[in-house]
Amino acid sequence: MLKSKREICLKYQKLYNKMMGGILVDITNLTVHELMEKLGNNELTSEEITKAYVDRINDKEKDVNAFVTTLCDEALEKAKKIDEKRKSGDIKSNLAGIPIGIKDNLCTKGVKTTCSSRMLEDFIAPYDATVVENLNNEDLIDLGKLNMDEFAMGASTEYSYFKKTSNPWNLKRVPGGSSGGSAAAVAAELVPWALGSDTGGSIRQPASFCGVVGLKPTYGLVSRYGLVAFASSLDQIGPITKDVTDAAILLNLIAGHDERDTTSYDMPKKDYTKALKGDVKGLKIGIPKEYFGEGINEEVKEKLEEAIETYKKLGAEVEEISLDIAKYALATYYIIACAEASSNLGRFDGIRYGHRAENFSNLKELYRNSRSEGFGAEVKRRIILGTYVLSSGYYDAYYKKAQQVRTLVKREFDKAFEKYDVLLTPTSPTVAFEMGTRSNNPLEMYLADICTVSVNIAGLPGISIPCGVNSENMPIGMQLIGNKFEEEKILNAAYAFEKEYRFRDKFRPSFGK
Amino acid sequence: MANVSKEELLHIARLADLNINYEEIDNYLANLQDILNFAEVVNNANTEGLEETIGENDKVNVFRKDEIKVFEDNKALLQNAKEQERNMFKIPKVIQ
Repeated sequence: MLKSKREICLKYQKLYNKMMGGILVDITNLTVHELMEKLGNNELTSEEITKAYVDRINDKEKDVNAFVTTLCDEALEKAKKIDEKRKSGDIKSNLAGIPIGIKDNLCTKGVKTTCSSRMLEDFIAPYDATVVENLNNEDLIDLGKLNMDEFAMGASTEYSYFKKTSNPWNLKRVPGGSSGGSAAAVAAELVPWALGSDTGGSIRQPASFCGVVGLKPTYGLVSRYGLVAFASSLDQIGPITKDVTDAAILLNLIAGHDERDTTSYDMPKKDYTKALKGDVKGLKIGIPKEYFGEGINEEVKEKLEEAIETYKKLGAEVEEISLDIAKYALATYYIIACAEASSNLGRFDGIRYGHRAENFSNLKELYRNSRSEGFGAEVKRRIILGTYVLSSGYYDAYYKKAQQVRTLVKREFDKAFEKYDVLLTPTSPTVAFEMGTRSNNPLEMYLADICTVSVNIAGLPGISIPCGVNSENMPIGMQLIGNKFEEEKILNAAYAFEKEYRFRDKFRPSFGK
Repeated sequence: MANVSKEELLHIARLADLNINYEEIDNYLANLQDILNFAEVVNNANTEGLEETIGENDKVNVFRKDEIKVFEDNKALLQNAKEQERNMFKIPKVIQ
């Protein structure tokens, strides 16, 4: 029997679409909101999307080294199942079947969670972090666990026990840290988006170094349950994405009250994508002059000034202000963060989990030898500093004083937000630096955090978005800081700039297809 | 200027349950001095009469119902222990 003309036409139409689709649509180049649209109207299946990422990982991971663990086979299998569910109409959300990468300090049940440390080299989490649970509830697909500085202590991902991750814009340079694997994987299109964590800049600074978007939410907005603790009063989990819209979508997924984290804030759920209006007319932007002074690279300053002009053009009201506490912020941060780390990392004793030394003659020696072998030099350095500032005789001079300065920092920000909607600063004083140039000088490494730490000290939300590249084609990041729980304002301000500047259309990592 | 002695460093390391090898001492000592000298800038801040900020939401006390929740997967909890016996973590003998 001859098929009807219509049937034949349809068949060829589909074949044609598929061919053209294959040629025209570069899947890994798409943002998540674009992928969601294509999943929704059946242009793409989850298997096609996941396969595109798996192929990309197989091809490029050897150059970037963003992953500690890849889950390619598991991801493909899950994608097939989700496609079947979608076909039978049994699907919960339009995010179902989108892949994601997860920083390796977030617990994933049944999968290794190493914190890039020898201490947790073979640790298999017995439960999922709340944020991971949220992703699973929406049927997102975990492509793997991403590299980081050991226990999130560092600004270059060079302190990972396993490997050094490269910056996709220049493979000889660092991706920033500590969420360097997450930022590099998004920039190199090995994952469409990723989760990171930020204690003093660990989402925003690598996002800035890799030319992607990184959001550190208000302290308390996202549950920390299942995040391996570094400094509990500063840590927050947040998105690293290709654009601001994706950051809002991922924040929707992970924000919310969780009774398993007593610092998680109980408030109604918001839809952050609704805040993305792109209009900044009348928005009051404060420019803290201390963040544009000594130590800030000239080219970084130049791009930031151009960004400020763009905001003015868009109708924002921009004014220079003074944040007098800027000069104390970094020292305050390192005292508090190390003190908390020394206490948090006390749990690693080689008994219940983690590395266990082979040689010991008693329990005390078992603890000591296991910890000394399991932790890397930077982690030990910070534990020692933290123990020092908490020890009797030094407590008042360092720790207590830092906690008082913390109050001062918060007050100064409160004062600024009485007058301004958002504050604008560079995310980092420099672009990504060459590997090996700072890893032996801890203090110099700490200076990479100088623009970001005060946001954690005050518990505020901050976002980094790319605002240009320097003469070596290395991306430069701009940080927007908001008042507590005012993520909408910084997201919208970031979105307005992104729409106007169109960074992704103009600049690409040299690390190509 | 912070002035930490070798003995003090070793004492702190002992408190933190860390060994520091003889050849590492100088390096750790120099790093610690550097960072402490840098950290001393906080002493320039005027904090007279200021309260300490301990956490972000420290004014709030969070209560939940006092209910027992059973974590059923005991095996998963013990799977990471290097030594275990009869569903318990095993450690070296403490009392001789």
